[in-house]
Parts: sequence; structure tokens; C-alpha cells
Amino acid sequence: MSDKPVRKLSIIASKGSLDMAYPPLILANAARMSGVEVNLFFTFWGLDIITKKKMDHLHVAVVGNPSMHPSFHIPTLVGVIPGMSAAASAMMRKEIAKLDFPPVGEFVKLVMDSGANLYGCKMSMDMMKLTQKDLVDGAGVLGAMEFIELSDGGQTLFV
Amino acid sequence: MTTLLDSVKFDADGYLEDANAWTPELGKAIAEREGITLTDRHWTIINYARNEWKTKGEAPTLRNITKNTDVDTRELYTLFPSGPGKMAAKIAGLHKPTGCI
Repeated sequence: MSDKPVRKLSIIASKGSLDMAYPPLILANAARMSGVEVNLFFTFWGLDIITKKKMDHLHVAVVGNPSMHPSFHIPTLVGVIPGMSAAASAMMRKEIAKLDFPPVGEFVKLVMDSGANLYGCKMSMDMMKLTQKDLVDGAGVLGAMEFIELSDGGQTLFV
Repeated sequence: MTTLLDSVKFDADGYLEDANAWTPELGKAIAEREGITLTDRHWTIINYARNEWKTKGEAPTLRNITKNTDVDTRELYTLFPSGPGKMAAKIAGLHKPTGCI
């Protein structure tokens, strides 16, 4: 069992809404718990997940989100009323906490503590006028090409 | 040691089939098979996991362990470098944890 080569997983997180922030974090954590080496690349809106100012204020979109589960479902016309996204986000945060999943900021720290490597996408950061200081402490900055090289020999997931 | 491990049944992934058959000596033998020398800190986790299993019927999640013992996430990974999720349960003689966190 312990003689197997170490597996390696690369996860690209491209979405920054509350509901889409969890899948990459959950998968990264699960992989680490199983002893799999993990590299995470945060690009475009996914950068919000590791941006200090944004990570704990992510929202779930209620308009134009066709996958809203019935228990969260808000009709599009109702969704445009101010405050609906905040209400839906609060509801989802509560449900997430019930499952004992930490809030995004704490989850990011947990994943880092577990030994996963986190990187912001250089190009997206330039576009959004972000520097490494804006990212959570411990996160690096990489270009897409370097991340592809880092992913060599492993499995890659795009979220 | 070999005889101790041979006296019980393991599933295909190396988890003890009958959690009741576990003894601290067996835990030590499983750990050795996995290349881990147990310290007091390992035992903090193993004992906690055993107690959780006794009361709740399943292996605790890692989040449960770090919340309720003084072992934090970093230490957990130092103690079980090949994956604490699998390894802690395996050495404690429990089935593979089903939790995702």
C-alpha cells in the first residue's frame, strides 16, 4: 500500500461565487487527506477565493443560475430585488456550516495547512490590479505555463 | 509482529474488518506496517478516534479531530504524512472515514 508512488492533483479554480468556491477546496482537502499531492491555480473570478478582502464575502448568484437547488430556488424575477443574493448567500452559508464545512477563508487556511500549494494566476492578477500582498499569506503567483509544468504527471481538474 | 497482523482480517484497502478486534498492540503493528512509529501525539488521535467510533459508530472526520483535540491540521499531516484521513483510521482499526472534511 505505502509503496505506491505519490499521486498528484492539479485543480484550476476559475469561479468566485460562493457555491463554486467550495468544490475546489473540498476536492483539494479530500486529496490531501488521502495523501495526494495538490496544487491549486486560481484564475479569473476564482482569484476571489484567495483574495484577502473578498474571500469571506463571496456571494451566490440568484439570477441566471440554472442549477439552484429547489430549497434555495429563487425565481429570476424575484432574484432581481435588491438583497436577494445576500439572503440566498446567508442561507447557503448556514447550510454549509451545518455540514461542518468551514467558511471560505478558514477553509483556504485549512487546505494550506494540509500542505496543498496555492497559486494566483499572474495574468488575472494583472488584469484585476492585484499583487501577491492582496492574496492570502502563503499563496504564490504563477503564470499559466509554469502551472502546466507543475501539473506534469498528475491529474488535472477544472472548476 | 507478523503473527499479530495475521491473526485478524483486513479488507482490500488494508482497513481492519472488525473494529472490535483492535487492541493497542495491533494498532502499533499496523502503524509499523505503514512505516509509522507511534508517539504520544499519535496516540492522542488514535484514542480520540476510538472513542468517537465507540459513541458514534464511525471514524471521526479530520475536522472533528482538530476541533476536539489539541492536534492542529499541520501537526496531523506531520504525524501521518501519507494522508491522515486514511492513516489515522487504519491504525485505529476503523473503517475508511466517509466524511469529506
